[in-house]
Amino acid sequence: MTVKSMTVKEVTKKVINKDPLFILDVRNHDAYGDWKIEGENFEYLNVPYFDLLDGVEDIVDKLPLNKQVLVVCAKEGSSVMVAEMLSDAGLSVFYLEGGMKAWSEYLEPVKIGDLKDGGSLYQFVRIGKGCLSYMIESQGEALIVDAARMTEHYKTFADENNILIKHVADTHLHADHISGGKKLAEKVGGTYYIPPKDAEEVVFDFEGLQEGKEIHVGDTKVIVQPLYTPGHTIGSTSLLIDDKYLLTGDILFVESIGRPDLAGKADDWVTDLRESLYDKYTKLDGGLTVLPAHFSKVSELGENGEVMASLKELYERNQGLSLETDEFRSLVTDNLPPQPNSYQEIRQTNMGKLNPEEEEQREMEIGPNRCAVQK
Amino acid sequence: MKADKFLDAKGLACPMPIVKTKKAMDQMENGQILEIHATDKGAKNDLSAWAKSGGHELVDHNEENGVLKFYLKKG
Repeated sequence: MTVKSMTVKEVTKKVINKDPLFILDVRNHDAYGDWKIEGENFEYLNVPYFDLLDGVEDIVDKLPLNKQVLVVCAKEGSSVMVAEMLSDAGLSVFYLEGGMKAWSEYLEPVKIGDLKDGGSLYQFVRIGKGCLSYMIESQGEALIVDAARMTEHYKTFADENNILIKHVADTHLHADHISGGKKLAEKVGGTYYIPPKDAEEVVFDFEGLQEGKEIHVGDTKVIVQPLYTPGHTIGSTSLLIDDKYLLTGDILFVESIGRPDLAGKADDWVTDLRESLYDKYTKLDGGLTVLPAHFSKVSELGENGEVMASLKELYERNQGLSLETDEFRSLVTDNLPPQPNSYQEIRQTNMGKLNPEEEEQREMEIGPNRCAVQK
Repeated sequence: MKADKFLDAKGLACPMPIVKTKKAMDQMENGQILEIHATDKGAKNDLSAWAKSGGHELVDHNEENGVLKFYLKKG
């Protein structure tokens, strides 16, 4: 029988289309328990590759014949070995090209919509980690928001569409992933923006992302208007684009809300978070499309893989937006989920204080984003 | 620590460090110690998990100049 490879792009399509897939994850139990490929119709079996060195007889009966079987490991090597052993045993299976490393680093670009005076807005879905970044393009110019570490994705997409990246912004100092913002801005000769209150310890040059300071993309046609909405961090800033889209960063998600504790100041910032969600956002037009910087579950993905909802809809169904003050305080300060892997080092890296090698950056980012709290 | 046998797995990617470790251990007597040097970062968690499931003991491990060193006692 044959061993075929499956790419992360192909697996992404299966997640979005809710196709069935049987995943044989051969990483150790801890790694699997911490983080895996999520799909609504995926089935799983976790047997570490090192328990299969003497043979795969014990698991052959546990694999379905009527479904595609994908063998997954951290970087590919072990999944190829196990896939070949299964093939020798008469099964036809796939292995995941590049393993979980590639899964964590893949970005799927999804078009969200057109802008009023020409131009488009794209969401880049980092499906393996639940991170969302954005490209706002008009007249051949673009602004990238909350860029991932893998900056070549944006550069390639821009080059293919004859777009020049002129601005790169982070809505806040990220704690769950390493920002590609500064690196991308340097690569394309663009301007890097970050909220000044999050940048007090930042060691490189930046422009302040501040309320009252607009960013123009393409001949002033698209105006990006920052809106100060602290709470996840003290500087957290939302972006209002074209009077139609609201980029909420890590303050408001589709099914959850931001957590205030990743800089160690949950008690200080809980009031800010409450004001941003219950006062500032409520004054905005309910017809705005909310575009967050994360999703938590693949069930949040729309039919093309997009993550979005109108502000009005969120006030109706996101439970984090309809809590009494005490209940709200308790939700965002007590019993918080574990913090993201290496979040302190990630913050230091995003300030420019640490400069880890690429391999180390990859290790730091392993695992889910864990930036949200949900009732 | 004094080892009975030495395995150089530096530069090898997963799954080879464990495949080679298993082969080496198969030829050893109970109670003997194998010293392994590896550079694959994933080796640390995998070796300890593999040792546990195989009844071996990870007696000691450390890192020196990017080289991970393991001392495994056959059980």
